Amino acid sequence: MDSDIGLWAIPLAILGGAIRVSPPFLFVSLGEVLTERSGRINLGLEGTLVFGAMSGYALAYQTGSPWVGVLAAAVAGSLFGLVHGLLCSLPRVNDIAIGIAMMLLGMGLAFFFGKPYIQPVAPDLPAISFGWWSELQQVQAALRVNVLFLIGIAAAIGLWWMFRATRLGLIIRVVGDSSDAACAMGIRPSVVHTFATAAGGAFAGVGGAYLSLFYPGSWNEGISSGQGLMAVALVIFARWNPIACLWAALIFGGAGALGPALQSAGISQGYYLFYAAPYVLTLGVLIATSSPTRAVTGAPGELSITK
Amino acid sequence: MAVVDHSPVPGPRGLASPEGWLAALARRSEAVLIPLGALIAGLAVFGLFLMSQGKSPAEFYGLVYKAGFGTAFSWQNTLSRTAPLLFAALCVALPARLGLVVIGGEGAIVMGGVACGALAGALSGWPPALALPLMAAAGALVGGVWIGAVGWLRHVRGVNETIASLLMAYIAIALMNHLVEGPFRDPASLNKPSTAPLPEALRVGNIPGWDVHWGLIFGMLACLLAWILIERTTWGFAARIAGGNARAAQVQGLPVGRLIIGFTALGGALAGLAGVFEVTAVHGSANASLAAGYGYTGILVAFLARHNPLVIIPVAILLAGFEASSGLVQRRMDLPDATTLVLQGIVFVAILMSETLYGRLRLFAPERWRST
Repeated sequence: MDSDIGLWAIPLAILGGAIRVSPPFLFVSLGEVLTERSGRINLGLEGTLVFGAMSGYALAYQTGSPWVGVLAAAVAGSLFGLVHGLLCSLPRVNDIAIGIAMMLLGMGLAFFFGKPYIQPVAPDLPAISFGWWSELQQVQAALRVNVLFLIGIAAAIGLWWMFRATRLGLIIRVVGDSSDAACAMGIRPSVVHTFATAAGGAFAGVGGAYLSLFYPGSWNEGISSGQGLMAVALVIFARWNPIACLWAALIFGGAGALGPALQSAGISQGYYLFYAAPYVLTLGVLIATSSPTRAVTGAPGELSITK
Repeated sequence: MAVVDHSPVPGPRGLASPEGWLAALARRSEAVLIPLGALIAGLAVFGLFLMSQGKSPAEFYGLVYKAGFGTAFSWQNTLSRTAPLLFAALCVALPARLGLVVIGGEGAIVMGGVACGALAGALSGWPPALALPLMAAAGALVGGVWIGAVGWLRHVRGVNETIASLLMAYIAIALMNHLVEGPFRDPASLNKPSTAPLPEALRVGNIPGWDVHWGLIFGMLACLLAWILIERTTWGFAARIAGGNARAAQVQGLPVGRLIIGFTALGGALAGLAGVFEVTAVHGSANASLAAGYGYTGILVAFLARHNPLVIIPVAILLAGFEASSGLVQRRMDLPDATTLVLQGIVFVAILMSETLYGRLRLFAPERWRST
């Protein structure tokens, strides 16, 4: 049944859009939380996201299974993270600059190897419909939730628990808050940094696989529009808390869905400006949450971007 | 691991003695040989990458040389692409003097180009000698405000300039799409929404006798002036102090905030000029072609030149040659467009890795030559 629900279509489309658009934000920001809690920043996750999208799509097409694609994206992402982590372990190599270089390299490699996969169609990831109770098609469309999003929610809770209650989480937090304290405890910070960056990269890769395997659900060179970068800013907004990342990702997803939602409701005036909404929101959040005089609440002590 | 050096420390020698001369040369060559070595290593790694794809690196570099630097025609093609890279690299190098990593020059290029293209419509009847400087000033002003805002946010709110500048670049591209599709659109531009084409009188021509537009000369001039600003003025000196230690600079009474905003705004103004030249000399109107990625290649140029404005000139020519030849090389060797991006990424990683070598190689440290 496709009934006319008037302007209600806009908030509904934004809700549906938030659910559809937010998983890449969620995965990348969870990865970045893991990396930044260890005291490093990986700005290259945009490149990792794009490479994850490509490798996930390619493997899903080759094997016919989208889950093999997700796994491949995770492995590829962790390799990018590993390279970033190892390079930054060299003395006097700047993690922000390496991130920019890895962003370029990741996109370059993704476009290089991804060219043959622009045409073929890979299988999609399955989605579960939570809108069965409604007869409205718009509601049903809005509440189609991808399995990977549910996995992302579980991962957010899992990471939160890990930082709070496990020895591993404590080790990562100690390294992130004070390298000296970690050394005194017999932990080698560079090893923790490297593994945290590699694991963070795996999350970003999975976020990329969601882009190419569910929404928008195809591989092309414009697949990511800065989600990887926005997620890095989103982590500051979420105060390095994995659960807060979930809410932040939904807000950002909703902002990203604003343009298409208004367009689908027939408002076409200046809709390019609405495409800028996520970036403006990110910048606004950065301005609101930064401070020139004191360290940001909840920030890991060794993190370079908040100093 | 620190090796304790028990050999007698060589006493101070004048440049007159041959060994003193050699020692001075060794110290000075570190800043040249390490980046050069990193560049060659990066190109070699890219060669291995090509071999892994079953392509010949020799053929690749041979074609790059032929199509980028081999003939007068290819030199002109290369030099035409050098101009925006010079400006874009300065947009990275000037803030870098203060320790800031600004990577959103693309946004200033785009906004500068749109401002210039939009103003050209209003100035169509004016004499070019008056209209062109006004258009350039508009582009530089908008570009300067765009990146200067990043510096301002950095100073008053402590917003990370790297992320903010890249976000501003995304916003600039969305704003440009809005403006050339809407308010500034020339109704005659059907397939590719653009501002109205510039009248012939308002277009910037070529350097006499060359097929290269004036942007190259202005870009080189900008590099020279930026070098003088950084190396020969008190502002440049103050910026270096503030970049080394902001708190110490503040204690010294240096206007750190004004330096940050000034250097970022100047960098943005220069990137805006890149957009002005792209519109007035290359495209003839402002449209989506402005976002051609010069801002991002400029980051690599600046890092390869280690943020030295004079070194930016040869590095920009080299990378422009790679870009100019990319079309031909990719067609001949059946490689995807992204090959250039892979090459740039590998060279970028190599140059950043080489930072770790400074001060660690005995070759460049004469006082350690005798300890074996």
